[in-house]
Amino acid sequence: MKPKGFDYLKVGSVAEATHALEQGGEDARLIAGGMSLVPMLNFRLVEPSILIDISKIEERKYIKETNGMIEIGSATRQCELEKWPQTQSKLPLIAKALPVLGHYQTRARGTVCGSLVHADPSSELPLCLATLGGEVVLSSATGTRSLKAKEFQTGMLSVAKRSNEMVTAARYPIANPDAGYAFREMSQRHGDYAIVAVAAVVTADKIKLGIGGVADKPTVREWNMLDGSALEDALNAFAWDLGGYDDVHATSRYRRELVRRLGKNTIEEAKKCRS
Amino acid sequence: MPQLNKEAKHPVTINLNGKEVNGYAEPRMLLTDFLTHEIGITSCHVGCEHGVCGACTVLVDGNITRACLTFAVQADGCTVDTSESLADENGELSGLQKAFKKHHGLQCGYCTTGVLMSVTAYLRESPNPTEEELRTVLSGHLCRCTGYVGMVRAVMDYCENRPNK
Repeated sequence: MKPKGFDYLKVGSVAEATHALEQGGEDARLIAGGMSLVPMLNFRLVEPSILIDISKIEERKYIKETNGMIEIGSATRQCELEKWPQTQSKLPLIAKALPVLGHYQTRARGTVCGSLVHADPSSELPLCLATLGGEVVLSSATGTRSLKAKEFQTGMLSVAKRSNEMVTAARYPIANPDAGYAFREMSQRHGDYAIVAVAAVVTADKIKLGIGGVADKPTVREWNMLDGSALEDALNAFAWDLGGYDDVHATSRYRRELVRRLGKNTIEEAKKCRS
Repeated sequence: MPQLNKEAKHPVTINLNGKEVNGYAEPRMLLTDFLTHEIGITSCHVGCEHGVCGACTVLVDGNITRACLTFAVQADGCTVDTSESLADENGELSGLQKAFKKHHGLQCGYCTTGVLMSVTAYLRESPNPTEEELRTVLSGHLCRCTGYVGMVRAVMDYCENRPNK
């Protein structure tokens, strides 16, 4: 339960971080809050040669509005988004997801971008990014690019970030005032990883549903407005398409049942939020 | 800041419970081990070592922190507060600690050091929580003795009856 040895470098700017990534090569890892990475280090699932600490990059501590999106810098902690006065009005889906995202104690350290890069299949912030159609900004020593959520997360704990890149910001689209948003999840204990997490966005004629915890990454499906048994049939088909797996927490059958039931309840809640 | 070599021990200075202390740590040394073995205090308990149980919870620069998910070198130059900071210099327990004692908010005491620090940080932000809010905060700690009932009573009683409310 102790990590293997690594060199440590605390950096003060994105330029320093990307330079260190170029020097460090494939075995360099970035650390921000460390709430996902340090358990993996302690279990020796990850054995980096150097840890580059980006938590003190002041220029990356911000939440701002830009081109219809809310941009969140990579040193911004989850608790800062929780306390941001406009989260409720601009990002209502995330406002509903934050209370079940880890614990009060982990949100105080964990960052928004760190959660996206860790890319746990049942994690809340990647699910919100996929459902809302957000994007991620990546910087390297040679340039900057942005990737849409579905291009960014490629599978379980894997993203399209190159080893010489760091995620410098996440962008979530600002809420549509005509849409209703709801988020629910089932976990063994409040704040634990979700067995199944569900995000729903309902407009006048569309339903968008994102599911985490079943497939290897958050999966989103969109339907024209459905009700009653047509909605139940659509959810059932979606649940089977997601695949799912058996593990110590739940069987794949139980996960499918959660998609059907929790999916329906979450959509109903989003509909109510609209009206 | 220069790059710290993994083989070497590096000086780490922290302001621990109001006093400056110094020690040495390899980059891989967790803050839990630094406080326990290098400095020698007993108020940072090591439980699961992967951030789940909450026994090691301390305040770093006033922010609630799992010491088992923090490296000592990251805390260099920071202020660290453990439950030893709560009582006054004569050893008189704080109001919160007295309430825990009164309401049987602890039995073996292993989780208590972390719980006290979480509650201390939380009450600074939300001085009058509801029972539900408080239970949500306590969900970040594992206690196998009390069933949390005594802790909840203690904090609610403390919030209701503390002076200078």
